Amino acid sequence: MSNLFQAANASGGVSGPPSAGEYATDRLFRGIALSSAFVIILLVAYILWELGREAAPAVGEYGLSFITGSTWNASKAQFSVLPEIWGTLYSSLLALVLGGAFGIAIAIFLTQDFINHRLATVFRTIVEMLAAIPSVVFGLWGIYVLIPLLKPGAEWLHQSLGWFPLFGTDLAGPGMAPAALVLAIMILPTVAAISVDAFRRIPYKVKEAAYGMGTTRWEAILKVMLPTASSGVLAALVLGFGRALGETMALAMLIGNSNQISLSLFSPANTLASLLASNFPEAGRVEVQALMYAALVLLAITFLVNVAGLAVQQYTIRKFEGKP
Amino acid sequence: MRTMNPTSTIDLTARPEEIRPRPNLDRQTLEPRALKSGFLTGLTWLAAVLAAVPLFSVIYMLLIQGGSRLFGSDVVEVLTGLPPAGFEMGGGIGPAILGTLVMVGIASAISIPLGILASIYLGVLEPKSRLASTSRFLAKVLTGFPSILAGVFVYAVLVIRFGYSAMAGGVALAVLMLPTVVLAAEEAMAQVPQRMKDAAYGMGCTQTQVILKVVLPTALPGILTGVMLAIAGAAGESAPLLFTALFSNYYISELAEPTASLSILIYNFSGMPFENQIELAWTASLALVLIVLMFNILARIVGRSKV
Repeated sequence: MSNLFQAANASGGVSGPPSAGEYATDRLFRGIALSSAFVIILLVAYILWELGREAAPAVGEYGLSFITGSTWNASKAQFSVLPEIWGTLYSSLLALVLGGAFGIAIAIFLTQDFINHRLATVFRTIVEMLAAIPSVVFGLWGIYVLIPLLKPGAEWLHQSLGWFPLFGTDLAGPGMAPAALVLAIMILPTVAAISVDAFRRIPYKVKEAAYGMGTTRWEAILKVMLPTASSGVLAALVLGFGRALGETMALAMLIGNSNQISLSLFSPANTLASLLASNFPEAGRVEVQALMYAALVLLAITFLVNVAGLAVQQYTIRKFEGKP
Repeated sequence: MRTMNPTSTIDLTARPEEIRPRPNLDRQTLEPRALKSGFLTGLTWLAAVLAAVPLFSVIYMLLIQGGSRLFGSDVVEVLTGLPPAGFEMGGGIGPAILGTLVMVGIASAISIPLGILASIYLGVLEPKSRLASTSRFLAKVLTGFPSILAGVFVYAVLVIRFGYSAMAGGVALAVLMLPTVVLAAEEAMAQVPQRMKDAAYGMGCTQTQVILKVVLPTALPGILTGVMLAIAGAAGESAPLLFTALFSNYYISELAEPTASLSILIYNFSGMPFENQIELAWTASLALVLIVLMFNILARIVGRSKV
């Protein structure tokens, strides 16, 4: 073999076996690439270790009562986050119902031949731009546009349907409803994008077969396309939920940061992320440890949800591509 | 022309119409299932249009509230001035713009080289190894990592020891950019046709030469798209900067001091009872959205020439 290479080189060709120097650079470069890939694993491990280490005193001090109690009082050094866990899950769930419904509707709208190519590009750009607006800008918009807009409606709902737990209090300003609405807007692009991907994976002949049997467009969508894409849509919803759980700034600006558990859409509440955002900058040593514990709780919740979402997504890809 | 076998007694075509009527294959617009279909189509259109409303509302507010200052006569003061205090009039967002750019620059300098090197391992060198699949999985998990936790992490690692600084803010943003860069670059490299690599190997290239001279140049548009999107995302982030870079009313003079950023300025000014500050918060929002959109558009332009 090397004779062939040498012959090629001798005749002025460009090919040839690597020189010793090239071998050395190759080794070095591959080593660097390998260690860079390793850095990702190290980074995640370091994050877990560092958060765990900082939270350790608080974990030892408060133990499980941290997630079952409902006071946050820095001056008395009493810390527990049940209202924040409730607020995180409740706001994300509300956002998921709304953002999920709209996200899936838009995914169907974009993939099931409702509109021509050009219009689809317009709507896709709109959804992508929605994803590009920073969280803090949505927060500002929520304060000065959404809350004033919601106030009259909330007042009317509270006065006429106040017995209903969802409308149990009045919207005094910031509260669950504006927070969940903005959250819904923010997760809509995530849900839509992953669902579009799920619908795109369905082979075209599936739709043709449905139409061939005489279904209307919506019979095909509801009875054939949606069930076929169901695992992908589920992944979209779970990952959207995960996104909502960790969202911080818009919520810190809109939810009211009040330490209470309420079903009412109009009462102020708090989430783990906005607790961190609003208390961290001015926290003392003991409170920082408690906040680290809260961060650990948030990390655990989002980690579980995201891993579940990724697993479902992986399952979908394998189902359609037959990858091992 | 009929050549029927006279002995055959079964004639399938001879069924009388009365026993089995021909189905009506015309479209029945008033049939319940057609009505239902039409109704749902209308609902979908409504959902799509409604979903676009918040975006247009945000853009409208940004232009109305922030545009008057940003595109007005005192644009130089707005872009270079210091943030006003209390009842002070005028002022600007200069330190915040510079701070955002500096911290995004630090984050890019850390995460882009590291991310691309890691993606080379994941996408080209050993895509199927256990290390690669673990890293890939963790990178995907990190994309769903709440951004505020990046701030908490950097607080624990850097801020407790060295105090609030632009460096800490940049590192926090880098943690968030890294997975985006890795996954986008990996996907771009995976799309480089195997035959191009084979051709290079056939000429006696080492893996490194194949990667540097064939894979990277071919995958460059895809990689750049991912990088631009990561930068756009990082520029808009605020939660990780909240207690890593903190805020400052003055221009950044060294990397080891608290630093202003557009997003934290918006957050701080949004709750203030002063007209001037709220107006500046809108102006800063418009500037921030313009920066983010610029990188998004760049991502589209460089991505157009994808393989």
